[in-house]
Amino acid sequence: MSIKNVRLKIDELKTRMALIKNLQLSIGRVTEETPEEPLGPTPFPSLTTLREWDMKLLKRYKPYYLPFCDVCCLCTFGKCDLTGNKRGACGLNMSAQQSRMVLLACCIGAATHIGHARHLVEHLIEKFGRMHPVDVGGVNVEVEAPVTRLVCGVKPKTLGDLEVVLDYLENQLTHLLSITHTGQEGNNLDFESKVFHAGMIDQVGMEVADLAQISAYGFPKADPEAPLIDLGFGVVDINKPVILCIGHNVPPAIGIVDYLTENGLQGEVEVCGLCCTAHDVTRYNPKAKIVGPISWQLRFVRSGVPDVVVVDEQCIRTDILLEAQKVKAPLIAASEKNCQGLEDRTNDDPDKIVEDLVNERVPGVLILDPEKVGEVAVKVALKLAPKRKKFKVIPEVKDVIEGAKRCRQCYRCTRACPNNLPIPEAMKMAAEGNLDKLNEIYDECIGCIRCEHACPEDLPIHSFIVKAAEKKMKNETFKVRAGRGAIQDIEIREVGGPIVLGEIPGVIAFVGCANYPKGGREIAEMAMEFAKRRYIVVTSGCAAMSAGTYKDEDGKTPYEIFPGYFDAGGLLNVGSCVSNPHIAGAAIKIASIFAKRKLMGNYEEIADYVLNRVGAVGVAWGAMSQKAASIASGFWRLGVPVVVGPHGIKYRRMLLGRADKEEDWYVYDARTGEKVYVGPAPEHLFYAAETKEEAMVMIAKLCMRPNDTTKGRAIKLTHYIDLHKRLYGTMPEDIHLFVRTLADVPITMKDEIVKILEEKGWKERPIPDPTLLPRLIRKRKEEQP
Amino acid sequence: MSMGDPWQTAEIPGPKKALVMTKPEIVTAMIKRAKRPILIVGHRAAEIDLGEELLIDYLIRFAKKTGIPVVATAHILGEFLKRGFKPAHMPAVNIGSRLADPEWQGLDGKGQYDLVLLVGMQYYFEWLILSSLKHYAPYLKTISLDNVYQPHASWSFPNLSMGKWKEALNVVMQKLEGGT
Repeated sequence: MSIKNVRLKIDELKTRMALIKNLQLSIGRVTEETPEEPLGPTPFPSLTTLREWDMKLLKRYKPYYLPFCDVCCLCTFGKCDLTGNKRGACGLNMSAQQSRMVLLACCIGAATHIGHARHLVEHLIEKFGRMHPVDVGGVNVEVEAPVTRLVCGVKPKTLGDLEVVLDYLENQLTHLLSITHTGQEGNNLDFESKVFHAGMIDQVGMEVADLAQISAYGFPKADPEAPLIDLGFGVVDINKPVILCIGHNVPPAIGIVDYLTENGLQGEVEVCGLCCTAHDVTRYNPKAKIVGPISWQLRFVRSGVPDVVVVDEQCIRTDILLEAQKVKAPLIAASEKNCQGLEDRTNDDPDKIVEDLVNERVPGVLILDPEKVGEVAVKVALKLAPKRKKFKVIPEVKDVIEGAKRCRQCYRCTRACPNNLPIPEAMKMAAEGNLDKLNEIYDECIGCIRCEHACPEDLPIHSFIVKAAEKKMKNETFKVRAGRGAIQDIEIREVGGPIVLGEIPGVIAFVGCANYPKGGREIAEMAMEFAKRRYIVVTSGCAAMSAGTYKDEDGKTPYEIFPGYFDAGGLLNVGSCVSNPHIAGAAIKIASIFAKRKLMGNYEEIADYVLNRVGAVGVAWGAMSQKAASIASGFWRLGVPVVVGPHGIKYRRMLLGRADKEEDWYVYDARTGEKVYVGPAPEHLFYAAETKEEAMVMIAKLCMRPNDTTKGRAIKLTHYIDLHKRLYGTMPEDIHLFVRTLADVPITMKDEIVKILEEKGWKERPIPDPTLLPRLIRKRKEEQP
Repeated sequence: MSMGDPWQTAEIPGPKKALVMTKPEIVTAMIKRAKRPILIVGHRAAEIDLGEELLIDYLIRFAKKTGIPVVATAHILGEFLKRGFKPAHMPAVNIGSRLADPEWQGLDGKGQYDLVLLVGMQYYFEWLILSSLKHYAPYLKTISLDNVYQPHASWSFPNLSMGKWKEALNVVMQKLEGGT
């Protein structure tokens, strides 16, 4: 695609024409533009290139600020009281400060993914060479990097090509972070535009990471039938030495798998994981196992099952060393980003490191060499397992009862619990010998142990909960399909029409972390509901694991019930956090492959297409992290609404449309240039729901798009109305806003709806070829006869 | 724990914090003073058991007695309808954003409200909705009717046991009925 940093030096060249001495030629970057893929208007966009598009979105989807903190304490002018939208010493008001904090969060999130990608690409280039081809699906995936092509206008062919993309991302990220400094941006909407920019480059960074690892490690390549992986606490064979990998950056876990393979030790050691490293190691070796999402770290470690804990980066409990020490399991830190205060033993003899760990001379080590991590982890697990005998810190039932008797009923635990769980009531019952309430709490506990830190009696409350639920926990055996990676071009060709016309009612992506308000089961319930309704349901990250935690009466889990194809009624796991761009990429590919819109460096047009035509919705039900914030913002700029669970309101700003303001919902009809009212579709861009039921109704509503055909709109309305009636007990009151012609009305509800339309004074309106971009109008009004 | 401590320990607000309603009569006094009050009810109202009735049943009596318009959020709408009471319905973030808009003309098109009573959402969710109103709706007074201290309201009950809370709610009802 491009050539970077070319330097030509000629000391002396004699030709018939001339004598050249000391010629030096330096070229920054040469970009190859293939004739069949012309470059669009915005390759490698700067901070303000897409500002106009952002402002169009922000005019319709206005920020609704919910300040999480009344003051600003980022500089020594402060703390500044911003109550009531007052301005601080630097001049910034509350609205701008909230947007600034969102930008800061998104910069952290984007930096995490881009840093992850940089480490991965450097490592893989070292291992496989700069010319190793980028291949995420062979002939099935010709548009291998839809996000990168769209944003940067380049087509990466080799691992080396990805470096150019990373250079751009790091450049933009530095600028974006600098904007949060005191005395820079002053306008809240300009901050918001930069939030979108951070989200967009984050999507590229994630795509680079996943392209690199799929290509180099041979992960499933757009495979709808990727293997089913064991998932759950109960799938780990505790009779074997167990290595637990936690984090997101997979090379150390792969180092372990490779060492086992190269030394004929497969089957003798259990390799399991938590969080995204678990996804990625199972994409490499389907025999590895997934324990569960991020929030299961402590329950698994304290259970004593892992003999060695290996951590790489991101979403790891930062007290993991202390917790591992409690169960006498050594910790191997394997990332520069997470050294845990441990001695760097990267250059030491592996056997010497093993000896120190097995003999408990050190609680853990830092090893910044994935292959060496593999060797050390395996050797330690094999030697230590017989000695440790799964030493655990989960108490016996009698200890729980005795401990519970010490509970003062002071409620500090509940007041510290993010989900306000009724721990004192459960302790009261436990003190009387009944652990049922503690067992119930397990289902909604997110494993943060704030309860333990608050307890004046130092009771290990989380361990009590885990003990009470021990039987249930050991029976947690589910399946999740290994991350398949990209969506095939052929799949896009087949479903592009039905999606854009609305006949497939929507693409719903369950993504993100595990900060659930009522346990992970809600994800499985929502995913199954929409898959049964023939939506396309896509999953990634911790949400992909939670989506698998359900069994029907035949004992089948959702990934066994629904096929892994990108088609109506499919349930497909694309992979880890960095696989999220395959979801954005599918929407982009609908525009480029199905609708043949130009892709390279053509962001605004494609986003306009997605916003108006592709009924996709992201759902981050347990969104917790800054990465989740930046992932969401990448979807917003692309025109994909995101629904978060109730904890997501703590992101301090929603992007809400106002259905009651008719003037906000006009688009251009690209055929005529006329401005046409299209109703609030999609109504919101970022929305926090109080409950699962509310989310489900809103998800169905947000799938509506101005371009829906009458048949497609009728299908979408059927689902919206049906869910509304079932979960709210009545017909929605805004139905008239979504009916454009009587042909939109679902036939089975015609009488009921027509009556409502008459009451509301509804009038038929045209269905346009919708766009927000005047330049896409094919025939201007003044040109009409 | 003092009366003015947030229920969730770390949800510390400031500098402006809710006045603690040590006397339930404050609720009735504020309602009587208000020209355009509104009651927003979150989904938990159908889960909270006050002993002889659920919170939602109390709120229906409250709404009927005061004539205050009710907005049901999330999926609690169905629970109201089952009880033969038809509130307005709007997601919490939608009603919150409209209340924070000085131009909004209310559910009936007659103008923005001047008193908002909230009850029944997750603590942190309500905390943030109230925060938005504190910062962006200076024309509003807000009252949290929950049994936990909500620091971003204008007025809030302190953290109360279920028994004390029930007593307080009964006093409010008695006052509305003209009792002493």
